[in-house]
Amino acid sequence: MVKVNGDNLNIAGKSIREYLASTNYDITRIAVERNGDIVPKAQYGETVLVDGDSVEVVSFVGGG
Amino acid sequence: MIPTKEEMIKALEERHGKETQNRFFAATVAICGLGGLGSNIAVSLARAGIGKLILIDFDRVDITNLHRQQYKAAQIGEYKTEALRQNLQEIAPYVEIETHAVRMEEGNIEGLLKEADIICEAFDKAHMKAMLVNTVLEKLPQTVLISGSGMAGFGSANSIKTRKVMKHFYLCGDEISDVNDGIGLVSSRVMLCAAHEAHKVLQILSGAEVK
Repeated sequence: MVKVNGDNLNIAGKSIREYLASTNYDITRIAVERNGDIVPKAQYGETVLVDGDSVEVVSFVGGG
Repeated sequence: MIPTKEEMIKALEERHGKETQNRFFAATVAICGLGGLGSNIAVSLARAGIGKLILIDFDRVDITNLHRQQYKAAQIGEYKTEALRQNLQEIAPYVEIETHAVRMEEGNIEGLLKEADIICEAFDKAHMKAMLVNTVLEKLPQTVLISGSGMAGFGSANSIKTRKVMKHFYLCGDEISDVNDGIGLVSSRVMLCAAHEAHKVLQILSGAEVK
């Protein structure tokens, strides 16, 4: 299982890009942290999630 | 009569304590975007006696900014960098201010921000917030980054929060209220979020932050 924003999801083996494609996240408005480190956008495709990973997707909204 | 630098230092030391004030004087804080968040963050930090502020915004003051941003009607049309410099110098004449009237993009972020101890993200567009946060966390991983997301509308003041997302990265706001949902921006709630960002800066510099 992979923990994403606190929820355990059965997505081990998927890349971050594949996971995000299955969600409603707008990729231009997010930052992805995995096990305490930022995942560079250029590495979403090659970063494969494994059991025990903890991921947080921060999704920004407009206004300032 | 404008007080001398020594008088201002003494007054700040009385309020914050000498040791804390020396940490504030020694700090360089960059503010990216000088709208409702950035202009209010800048006023808080200048008042607190931060040594150096780096102010970055490509835009000029517009009449639609005046309801929440720290500019004056007579400053409409001026670059925000210059208008804010002038306003901050009236409040805190001895704060060092560096300005850049440029649009931030992936290619210039590292150069603009590498001197900063702490960076405040204060843009209004969500994709610009994400671009800055991603770039800073990749290229300047040792620099503390504080971002604001979710402060539009008339929702509760108490839903604006600060949380630590990861090492060196804090997020302020309710993370939900999007100005694009047509709920507008209200000065008081934007100022709350700006205050969260400014307060996290001061708390970290003071050494009082709970780890």
